Amino acid sequence: MGLREYILTRVILTIPMVFILLSIVFFVMRILPGNPVLLRFEKNADPQLIASYTHKLGLDKPLYIQYIDYINDLFHGNLGLSMSGDFSPVAPEIMSRFPATLELAIYSTLVAILLGIGLGVLGVAKRGKVDSAIKLYGIISYATPVFFVGMVLQIVFGVFLHVLPVYGRYDGTPPSGITVAGIHIQTGLYTLDSLLSGNFQAFLNSASHIVLPSIALGVVISGVFVRITRANMLETIRADFVIAARARGLKERTVLLGYALKNAILPVVTVIGLQFAILVSGAVLTETEFSIQGLGLYLVDRVYFRDYTAVQGTVVFLAIIITTVSLLIDIMYAYLDPRVRL
Amino acid sequence: METILSIRNLSVSYYTDEGEARAIRNLSLDVEKGETLGIVGESGSGKSTLALAIMGLLQPPARVKTGSIYYKGRNILSMQGEEIRKLRGKEIAMIFQDPMTSLNPVKKIRDHFIEYITEHMENIDEHKALEIARKMMKSVGISEERLDDYPHQFSGGMRQRVMIALALALNPNLILADEPTTALDVLVEAQILELVKRLKNEFSLTLILITHNMGVVAEMADRVAVMYCGRIVELSKTEELYKNPKHPYTKGLIESIPLLYNRSRKLVSIPGHPPDLRNIPSGCSFHPRCPYAFDKCMNVEPELEKKEDGRYVACHLY
Repeated sequence: MGLREYILTRVILTIPMVFILLSIVFFVMRILPGNPVLLRFEKNADPQLIASYTHKLGLDKPLYIQYIDYINDLFHGNLGLSMSGDFSPVAPEIMSRFPATLELAIYSTLVAILLGIGLGVLGVAKRGKVDSAIKLYGIISYATPVFFVGMVLQIVFGVFLHVLPVYGRYDGTPPSGITVAGIHIQTGLYTLDSLLSGNFQAFLNSASHIVLPSIALGVVISGVFVRITRANMLETIRADFVIAARARGLKERTVLLGYALKNAILPVVTVIGLQFAILVSGAVLTETEFSIQGLGLYLVDRVYFRDYTAVQGTVVFLAIIITTVSLLIDIMYAYLDPRVRL
Repeated sequence: METILSIRNLSVSYYTDEGEARAIRNLSLDVEKGETLGIVGESGSGKSTLALAIMGLLQPPARVKTGSIYYKGRNILSMQGEEIRKLRGKEIAMIFQDPMTSLNPVKKIRDHFIEYITEHMENIDEHKALEIARKMMKSVGISEERLDDYPHQFSGGMRQRVMIALALALNPNLILADEPTTALDVLVEAQILELVKRLKNEFSLTLILITHNMGVVAEMADRVAVMYCGRIVELSKTEELYKNPKHPYTKGLIESIPLLYNRSRKLVSIPGHPPDLRNIPSGCSFHPRCPYAFDKCMNVEPELEKKEDGRYVACHLY
């Protein structure tokens, strides 16, 4: 199977998956007590007003009609209007909030990879007490809830040391990006936008905001990476080709990184892909704790208001993002391991 | 003759939870420059442990208890860090048993050569290293375009050729080949042995050939050391050993080789099993399996001694 067929197959397989997920969300949301109209008004609001809103949102139609209508809209690329607040369209709202989540995801993955792989390798290289401590870190960080790590970081760095901001993404007006050859480039990733516009002050501003949330989320995810890196390193370090490399008198650094790690990293890459889904759920908690206006916070917020369309739209969007990332990781796997030809 | 490698009173043990497994017991051996020394023995006789000890590659739970290994007068066992690293690969190179698993699966063959050569020779850049790699590939009979391939794109025999090319790339003095053809089929085995023979002369190497295959030793070695239970029980010129084996264990090994032209001869196997290395029999460790054993064998361990005909045997019969 060529790379193109592989990607095509994976994309086609994504459709039923997203569809099933969406259907579950669609019905579960409606089974839950409360609905967007009731949550909009006081308890003893005018029944006529409630009926008119219910009609306006199409909630008076039979459930299966609502479902068919929604799916129909979805296939036309329309995520519909929000059912709470000012009934604004869902899609632009998701797009405007996505960069915040993406930025958090990128930096916390980076933290997790650096910490996880770094400590995993260090443990194997040093052995003994260092290794035991790292093993313990792997278990503890994995078992610690992200909001606890976040809270500790907020207290230490924000409240006691006063060195880093503990909420939000930026102080003041966010960086505007850059206009190149008449095209305005604004990614919404503040750290990237500020770098693009060459504003170093703005970069420091945005970077300082992302540090604590990234570490909080990164540390929690790094636990799995530490353990997997360590376990795989311990296995590959006993492999024949590692002993052969030592027998050729290669430097210990080359043996550890070029031989043991380079082969141990493959399963870790797979796990990075799997962890991305966990990362997204962690982002919900992290964004809530650090008041980051990302998709996670949006989702929590909209669930509270039973904003059916907003929740469905967000779930579809996140599902597509997660499957895309896992596809990219699989392609990367093939690139890292020459034996794998997709 | 010049002695290139001299092992003195070497004892190596594996310290496991179930006790101390004595893999090598008080072994002494001299390797002469330019010779091919065959080391034969069953699995578990300590052959591979010996090879790793010579390379200074023993890992816990294995530990050298006593003894020394002198390479050109320097004790390998007391070397550390850069000193031992520079010896490995540059002075003493090793060829491993399983070529399928001895190359890094995620590195191209060319990168195996380049890192190997450049990490030993600071004054050689990648370009020159690649030149050496091309030359080596040619001398083992593989076209140089294949340098760009990954290990999994080679067959077993071809991989062993690559391993040999790698081992010789820095022109070492001593080659340790640990069961180099065990994982290969017979036709390929013959080709590899021919290749090793030819290169040994071409590069004027000293070769230590570790194997359990008596046929391979007969074909290749000038001298043979027979190992049993962590000790050398017999050491002599190959021809003498085959014509007139002295130690009962050697006799057993030779009688257990099937002969195509003499099918009427009964295949004899040595009764019993090699002993558990954690619980080695008293006296001569071979005595429970030895048809000639007498009282002394159970109590006194025979030393490897030079007999009047110039051969070394560790047996009370002589």
